[in-house]
Amino acid sequence: MSRQSLAAREHWRRPSLIARPWLRWGLTLGALVYLLLALSSVDVNWQRVAEGASRGLNFLAAFAQPDFISRRGDIIDGIIESLTMTVTSTVIGVALAIPVGLGAARNIAPWPVYYMCRGIITMSRTFQEIIIAILFVVMFGFGPLAGMITLAFATVGFMAKLLAEDIEDLDWRQVEAVRATGAGWWQVMNHAIQPQVMPRLIGLSVYRLDINFRESAVIGIVGAGGIGATLNTSINRYEYDTSAAILLIIIAIVLLCEYSSSHIRRWTQ
Amino acid sequence: MLTLAQVNKRYPTGDLALTDIDLTLPAGQVMALIGPSGAGKSTLIRCVNRLVEPSSGSIRLEGSELTDLSPRQLRSARRTMGMIFQEYALVDRLTVMENVLSGRLGYVGFWRSFMRRYPADDVAEAFRLLERVGLSHAIDKRADALSGGQRQRVGIARALIQRPRLLLIDEPTASLDPKTSRQIMRLIRELCAERHLAAIINIHDVALAQQFADRIVGLRAGRIVFDGKPNALDATTLTTIYGEEEWNKQEGGIQAESAVEIPTYSNWTGPQSTLAAAGAVR
Repeated sequence: MSRQSLAAREHWRRPSLIARPWLRWGLTLGALVYLLLALSSVDVNWQRVAEGASRGLNFLAAFAQPDFISRRGDIIDGIIESLTMTVTSTVIGVALAIPVGLGAARNIAPWPVYYMCRGIITMSRTFQEIIIAILFVVMFGFGPLAGMITLAFATVGFMAKLLAEDIEDLDWRQVEAVRATGAGWWQVMNHAIQPQVMPRLIGLSVYRLDINFRESAVIGIVGAGGIGATLNTSINRYEYDTSAAILLIIIAIVLLCEYSSSHIRRWTQ
Repeated sequence: MLTLAQVNKRYPTGDLALTDIDLTLPAGQVMALIGPSGAGKSTLIRCVNRLVEPSSGSIRLEGSELTDLSPRQLRSARRTMGMIFQEYALVDRLTVMENVLSGRLGYVGFWRSFMRRYPADDVAEAFRLLERVGLSHAIDKRADALSGGQRQRVGIARALIQRPRLLLIDEPTASLDPKTSRQIMRLIRELCAERHLAAIINIHDVALAQQFADRIVGLRAGRIVFDGKPNALDATTLTTIYGEEEWNKQEGGIQAESAVEIPTYSNWTGPQSTLAAAGAVR
C-alpha cells in the first residue's frame, strides 16, 4: 500500500532482496561479525612465513634455469604415461557417461532408472579425485592403472551430470516432432536428442580431456603413476630445477589443450 | 474417417483440458480449430496421435481404435498421421534433407536411419516434395539456416513424406508474417486437395481460419462451443468462443488520431472483414 502511494508521488526504489529491514541488517551485521572473528582466530606464525619465503624463492629461482636434460628419460616416460592415462580414461569415462547421462535425464528416463543413474553420479562426484586415487592405489597397487580407473570414474560423474542437464534443457518440440513420425526409441535418440546435445558432448569431452591431464599430474603424487609421480620424486630429492622443467611442460600441455579445445568447441557449434 | 467420442483429458496437475469431446472428421475435410489460449486445442490434436494420452474416451481412425494400441501398433498408426508444428519443430542441426527424410522413420529400421541410408524412392520422394514446396536448392542447408516460412515448408514436406491420410497442424502460422502465413495456409490447402487429406488446423487467426477452412470448430475451456461453416461465424459466436469483446467496432474509424495502426482496415465493411480485422489485430 505504502509503496503504491509512494510510487504515485514519484518515489520508487527497487524492492530489496530481503523485505524485512531488521532481518536484512541483522544478517549483514552477523556476517561481518563472523568474518572478523574468523579472521582473528587464524594465527599466523610470521617467523615461519619469513623462513619459508626464502625456500619458496629457491623454488622460483629454479624456474629461471629449468633442467630438462639430466632426468630426460624419466620426464618423457612420465609424460607418455600421463597422456596415455588421460586419453584412455577420457574415452572410457565418456563411453560410460553416455548411458548414465541418458538415464539421469528426467524427461526421457523412467523413475527407477533416473534414481539409479543419479545415484551413480552422486557417488562419483562426492569424492575428490585424490581420495578415489588413494583407494584405487590401495586396490590395484602403484602405477598408471589405478590412475586410469580413478580418472575414468571421475569422468563418468562429471560428464553424465552435465549431459543429463543438457538433455533436460533440450527443445522438446523437436523430440515431439520426431516421435510424431512414428519413430522408435532409438530413432528418437539418434534423430532428435543426439543432434541437439552432440556439440556440447564433444565440447565437454575435450574439456574433460584437459581436466584429466591436469588431474593426472596431481594424482601421481599419491602413487597413481604418470608425470605426477616424476614430479613428486624430483621434489623429494630437492631437484627443483627438474621440478621446474616438469611444471613448465605441464603448463605448456595444458595451454595447448585449452587452445585446441576452444577451437574444437567453436567448430562443433 | 476420424471420430472422437467422449474424449476427456485431465493432466496430472488436475487441470481438466478436454471435456466430453465428440467430433467427426470426414475424409478430405480441412477443419480449423479455434479458441483462446489454454482452451485445449493443442491437447486435442496431440491426443489424436497420442503425444498426449487421453484420460478416457474413444478415438477411431478409419475404423481402428487408437487409444489402446501397443507401442508397436502406435508407431504404425502415427505413420498415417502427419503433424506440422508451431515454430516448425525441425531438428535444427540436421540438414533440410535429413529433416524431410525423418518423416520416413516410422517405415525404416534403426540401422538404415542411423546410417542415413534411406530407400531410393524415399529419397526421390523427399526431393520431389522439396521441389513442390520450392526448396529444392536448399537440400544440404542446415535447418536453422532457413527463414521462418522456409522452415515451415520443410515441416510440411516432412509431414507429407509419411504419406499420411490425416494432417494434424498446430498453429502453423503463429510466428510468420501475414503474407507468409497466407502462402503457407494456401500451400497446406492445395496439398490437402491434391492428396485428398483431411486436416485439423489449430489456429489463432480467425480471419485465416475463415479464408482457408471448410469447417470451423470453436473450443472454450476444453468444450466444443461452436461447430459450423466459416461464414456462420459472427460476433455472437465469437463471444461464445473467446468471451466478451466488441467484435464489430472499428477503433480506427472512431479515434482518428490513433488510426495509424493499419489504415486499410477502416476501409473494409461487412461482417467478414470486421472479423478479419479482429483476428489480425489481436
